Amino acid sequence: MRPPGGLIMLNLDFSFLNWNIVSSFILKGLVFSVQLTLIAMIGGIVLGTLLALMRLSGKPWLVTPAAAYVNTMRSIPLVMVILWFFLLIPLLTGRPLGAELSAMITFTLFEAAYYSEIMRAGIQSVPKGQVYAGYAVGMTYPQTMQLIVLPQAFRNMLPVLMTQTIILFQDTSLVYAIGAYDLLKGFEIAGKNFNRPVETYLVAAVVYFVICFSLSMVVRRLQKRIAIIR
Amino acid sequence: MATWDWQVFCKETTSGDVVPSCFGRGGDITYLDWILSAWGWTLSVAALALVVALTVGSLMGVLRTVPDKRLVFIGNAWTELFRNIPLLVQIFLWYHVIPSIFLVLRGVPSFVLVVIALGFFTSARISEQVKAGIESLPRGQRYAGLAVGLTLPQTYRYVLLPMAFRIVIPPLTSESMNIVKNSSVAFAVSIAELTMFAMQAGEETSRNVEMYLAVTLLYFVSAFAINRLMLGVENRVRVPGMIGGK
Repeated sequence: MRPPGGLIMLNLDFSFLNWNIVSSFILKGLVFSVQLTLIAMIGGIVLGTLLALMRLSGKPWLVTPAAAYVNTMRSIPLVMVILWFFLLIPLLTGRPLGAELSAMITFTLFEAAYYSEIMRAGIQSVPKGQVYAGYAVGMTYPQTMQLIVLPQAFRNMLPVLMTQTIILFQDTSLVYAIGAYDLLKGFEIAGKNFNRPVETYLVAAVVYFVICFSLSMVVRRLQKRIAIIR
Repeated sequence: MATWDWQVFCKETTSGDVVPSCFGRGGDITYLDWILSAWGWTLSVAALALVVALTVGSLMGVLRTVPDKRLVFIGNAWTELFRNIPLLVQIFLWYHVIPSIFLVLRGVPSFVLVVIALGFFTSARISEQVKAGIESLPRGQRYAGLAVGLTLPQTYRYVLLPMAFRIVIPPLTSESMNIVKNSSVAFAVSIAELTMFAMQAGEETSRNVEMYLAVTLLYFVSAFAINRLMLGVENRVRVPGMIGGK
């Protein structure tokens, strides 16, 4: 350790981080972050697929609202969207929802816009002949979509959908704006309580990096496997 | 909340009195003055961070395509590091952690730290696109450059990069729009930009809806302006004979 005033001071002390602290502060946040990611992923993909189908339907009364929704969501910063929903949901329902529930609704509706763009590209990547083949064997539009087009679109887009989910996991840290208790918040509170903010922010960065980097490795392997099948 | 109150923007921020001209005089400022200055902060953070991101991102993207494996590793490591940590955490790292480890950085204003954080974060994405742009060029272009006696840096400068940058303009456009949106995360370290304004002014006046709407509109306008600007650039540098060329 060098005296203060030098160029570099490295007196980091991680000794306070024991299992007790991890389980009482950080695990709670991690559970919420993962929960939020999973809910927004599932809800976002379902809603996003519906939006994509609306945009590709060719009917103006479906195309226009879906396009307007997607483009609006995509041009507002996520932090502002989080603030908007936190403000508006209680006004609409008449009672406060709490930051956690509000975040889940916000992320589902926000991510739907991004997933819908991915699903739209996925559906468009399926050759037209597949749709005609479906009609030729007597399938209806919903059947053709459900049994022929969507499974292929989904598989083709799986790596992109997963990459978006990694981004989504990173973005969950922005619930900071409304004070929800997520992974980052857990680290922050632990750092404040033990007066070691520098160390906890560092560990937080390492934890986020390890999770996101390993997931992106999985995506890369998946991408190679899918490329071979195709 | 049934009625709008847009007059709130003409109010003076400390006394709450309505100023007839809507702009404060002397040392006083109205909410209109404040939101315009916040817009200025948003645009300055975004513009400076974009300069950092383009410079560093292009350099790292180029490094990932050179023959030297060590340089490729540096480029890859940089990209993975800055891509896999959330922006908010990166901003906290620059704001809380790095100045307490490197004491020389202690006096650096938070504005500069946020610009570096946002710039490095975006540089990882730009490095991906620059790399993809260079790799999308036919291999023969590189060999042709080297065959006529250009050095490797010259080949990049005169043969590869002029084409690669034109190819990646569309993704760079969306990255430039993203950087304006992402600058909103700077609220977390109290930069007086638009999102910070929305939170503070909303609380002070209890007119959240009006404040949020105005801020959202300004984000729209900024993103749209960048889109038009980049479209102009794209048209100017089009290569005849390419798809979308003249």
